[in-house]
Amino acid sequence: MNKLALSDEILLKVEKPARYIGNEVNSVVKDKSKIDVRFAMCFPDVYEIGMSHLGIQILYDMLNRFEDVWCERVYSPWIDLDQIMRAQQIPLFALESQDPVKEFDFLGITIQYEMCYTNILQILDLAGIPLMAEERTDSDPIVIGGGPCAYNPEPLADFFDLFYIGEGETQYRELIDLYKENRAQSGSRRDFLRKAAKLPGIYAPSFYQVSYHADGTIDRFYPTEEGIPAIIEKELVSDVTDTYYPEKPVVPFIKVTQDRVVLEIQRGCIRGCRFCQAGQLYRPVRERDVDMLKEYAVKMLKNTGHEEISLSSLSSSDYSKLEELVSFLMETCTREHVNICLPSLRIDAFSLDVMNKVQDVKKSSLTFAPEAGSQRLRNVINKGLTEEVILEGAVEAFKGGWSRVKLYFMLGLPTETEEDIRGIAELSNKIAAAYYETVPKQKRNGKCQIVASTSFFIPKPFTPFQWAPQCTKEQFLDKAYLTRTAIMEQLNQKSIKYNWHEADASVLEGVFARGDRRVAKVILRAYQKGCLYDAWGETFKNDVWLEAFKECGLDIGFYTTRERSLDEVFPWDFISCGVSKEFLKREWKRALSEQVTPNCRMQCQGCGAAQYKCGVCFEKRNESDSMTPTEGGAL
Amino acid sequence: MKVRIQFSKHGVMKFIGHLDIMRYFQKAMRRADVDIAYSGGYSPHQIMSFAAPLGVGLESDGEYLDIEVNSHNGAEHMKQALNAVMVDGIRILSVRMLPDQAKNAMASVAAAGYLVRFRKGYEPDFDYQGTLQDFYGQDTIPFVKQTKNSEIELNLKPAIYELEIRDEAVYMLVDASSAGNIKPSMVMEAFYRFREKDLPEFALQITRTDTYTAIEEDGIKHFIPLRDVGIAF
Ligand code: SF4
Ligand code: SF4
Repeated sequence: MNKLALSDEILLKVEKPARYIGNEVNSVVKDKSKIDVRFAMCFPDVYEIGMSHLGIQILYDMLNRFEDVWCERVYSPWIDLDQIMRAQQIPLFALESQDPVKEFDFLGITIQYEMCYTNILQILDLAGIPLMAEERTDSDPIVIGGGPCAYNPEPLADFFDLFYIGEGETQYRELIDLYKENRAQSGSRRDFLRKAAKLPGIYAPSFYQVSYHADGTIDRFYPTEEGIPAIIEKELVSDVTDTYYPEKPVVPFIKVTQDRVVLEIQRGCIRGCRFCQAGQLYRPVRERDVDMLKEYAVKMLKNTGHEEISLSSLSSSDYSKLEELVSFLMETCTREHVNICLPSLRIDAFSLDVMNKVQDVKKSSLTFAPEAGSQRLRNVINKGLTEEVILEGAVEAFKGGWSRVKLYFMLGLPTETEEDIRGIAELSNKIAAAYYETVPKQKRNGKCQIVASTSFFIPKPFTPFQWAPQCTKEQFLDKAYLTRTAIMEQLNQKSIKYNWHEADASVLEGVFARGDRRVAKVILRAYQKGCLYDAWGETFKNDVWLEAFKECGLDIGFYTTRERSLDEVFPWDFISCGVSKEFLKREWKRALSEQVTPNCRMQCQGCGAAQYKCGVCFEKRNESDSMTPTEGGAL
Repeated sequence: MKVRIQFSKHGVMKFIGHLDIMRYFQKAMRRADVDIAYSGGYSPHQIMSFAAPLGVGLESDGEYLDIEVNSHNGAEHMKQALNAVMVDGIRILSVRMLPDQAKNAMASVAAAGYLVRFRKGYEPDFDYQGTLQDFYGQDTIPFVKQTKNSEIELNLKPAIYELEIRDEAVYMLVDASSAGNIKPSMVMEAFYRFREKDLPEFALQITRTDTYTAIEEDGIKHFIPLRDVGIAF
């Protein structure tokens, strides 16, 4: 039996000790003496969240397939253990070996959302690794960040040695070989980072410098040495069928958020909703072969014993073999008593039929994400969903026995007016009215329940809205208040429930999303002042953050509410995600003139992602007016 | 057919609570391809019942669960198939068939045996081996049970069926039935009180040695391990 890093006394004192003991089914234990490189893969949030993340499972599986590498997992100790570890000076450890993270060669941190930034500092701090990359020595692990937030790594640039830009499956082998080679030649840490900086997709912040204009915007961002690339191209898996995917994902003992087999059916999304970062970052859409998915579904269920399987992708309804896959799963799963969990499919006859078979209609709810209340604003954000489609879908569903509907909207979108906000209430009301018109009294099972939720819009890098000003906290709250009042004025208001988000966290998220290198000192200051687990409402300390901004002399409005000019150099401009800035500008202008843009399957827009020579860009289109992809060219 | 499975729980697995052990076994049945029966209804679940829940922090050599199977390839095959998918710290010790009229694991539990050791650095500063029988010999063994907003005074004596020193440790066989179960730590706390001491937190390392059911033979009550209710197949 393996030793534990924590004593029984500690484990019996903390909440959920299973977070810290490892030993889960399918976790990988290797003989330390037979491997060359130790990799600690970290999701900087609590175990139950981190264990639910597919990306980590993919990379964990891939790295452990390398014979010379042992990859282990690390999550953020919850606050109770955090305090004990600090008081007793217990170094942060990896779950499998329970060895200190500081002894590892690499510490990889996946950065999935902005509000985890202080948790990253906690990981480094507890591990005993200097927070500032420049203070690290040859005895510290190489700290490498990845994930969607790495597409604007600048607010974190001081804390990381390297960032991996793009999909993780492609460059780690090369990176590790480079590391081994450098070690064999007794090269220094700096030597390794310099070589790594020349690998595709790898960004080494310490080899770049920024200069600023008097108004605070960026003048120049440039490499400081010959041979270091000025532009970092994102990495991408061109064949998502013939690549790494875990057959034996780790099965946690305790209930985690995603307690099921997750089958990623495709990467990317054909729909260019203009607020959506994922829709741009993962272009072009690449589908997995349906036979491969069937095979993996069976193997993964067998190897984990999970009683549920879920399909994962940004927009599953767009997967071309969805019907075939779902029929296969329904057949296999019913036989094996496995539940199928379908992520928000577009509501149509097919999906209602499937949902009817796999869910308890009375208990489940329909989900629509119109994102904006009026057709005008939906055109601005390029969300193809129309009121007719929503109402038709809802009516069909009501006939089928559903009575609950969830609606997701955003407040604070560019060009939004009071009319658009009232549209949220009106649409919710129309759906409720449709229920009462469709379902005769004697068949009703109480009232219908419409839950309208709003989040606050935060402009993200690499989207057409990256130029848009974000609302202030006060504007956000006014909008939420207006939404609530408008809903209360509706005839069917008793059937509508309204939820809205915290505004403070949205403001902060906006700073990190479009922040530059200067934001790092605020993150450091806030962490030192006790901020941690900012993504968790109960632990988020907004007043401390505001103090930290003040003490560092940084203006929140510069990053959030400021109007950006079309020729401004953005902190993330040195990264290429495949989609050209020209295309994004074009889309921004079309947004302001309320013009919709067809999706990739209808008509290629020449966004630039065709340079990867794969996926939807090279599918045959039926429409006679379809264009052949042009690499970054304008329409 | 009903099958009774005995397993042990050691090492790091002592930190996994009862509900999570149940989930663990549900998944293990699927991994091992055990042809377990499912209940009917909208969300069918495996027919599975556990004996006395074990507290977090305790180890055990005598944990039991009963399952219902549709088919099988014999007890040895099932045992091997399950052991092949177990994690470190959990072993399947026996697999037996239950007679149809047997009560399920949970309902049939009457007693449990425990070996109580002292964690390093927490050994008692009094002669516990020499005074254990004085403690057990009392007519009543008082214990004050703290509940949320009241204190209940209990007499533990009738619930302690055996109490002795075994392998330098305190062995006890105590009531584990749903009606009158007591925890080994309660007995030890009462023992410390008897010696006018306080039992420190984390002092005890407890292993459940086995779980028993009661049978009557010639008017005398015996305790037999739960596995002995089952028969080989
Ligand atoms: S459908 Fe729109 S919001 Fe959803 S992933 Fe695609 S682009 Fe983003
Ligand atoms: S190049 Fe055309 S088809 Fe390919 S992702 Fe861009 S817009 Fe879509």
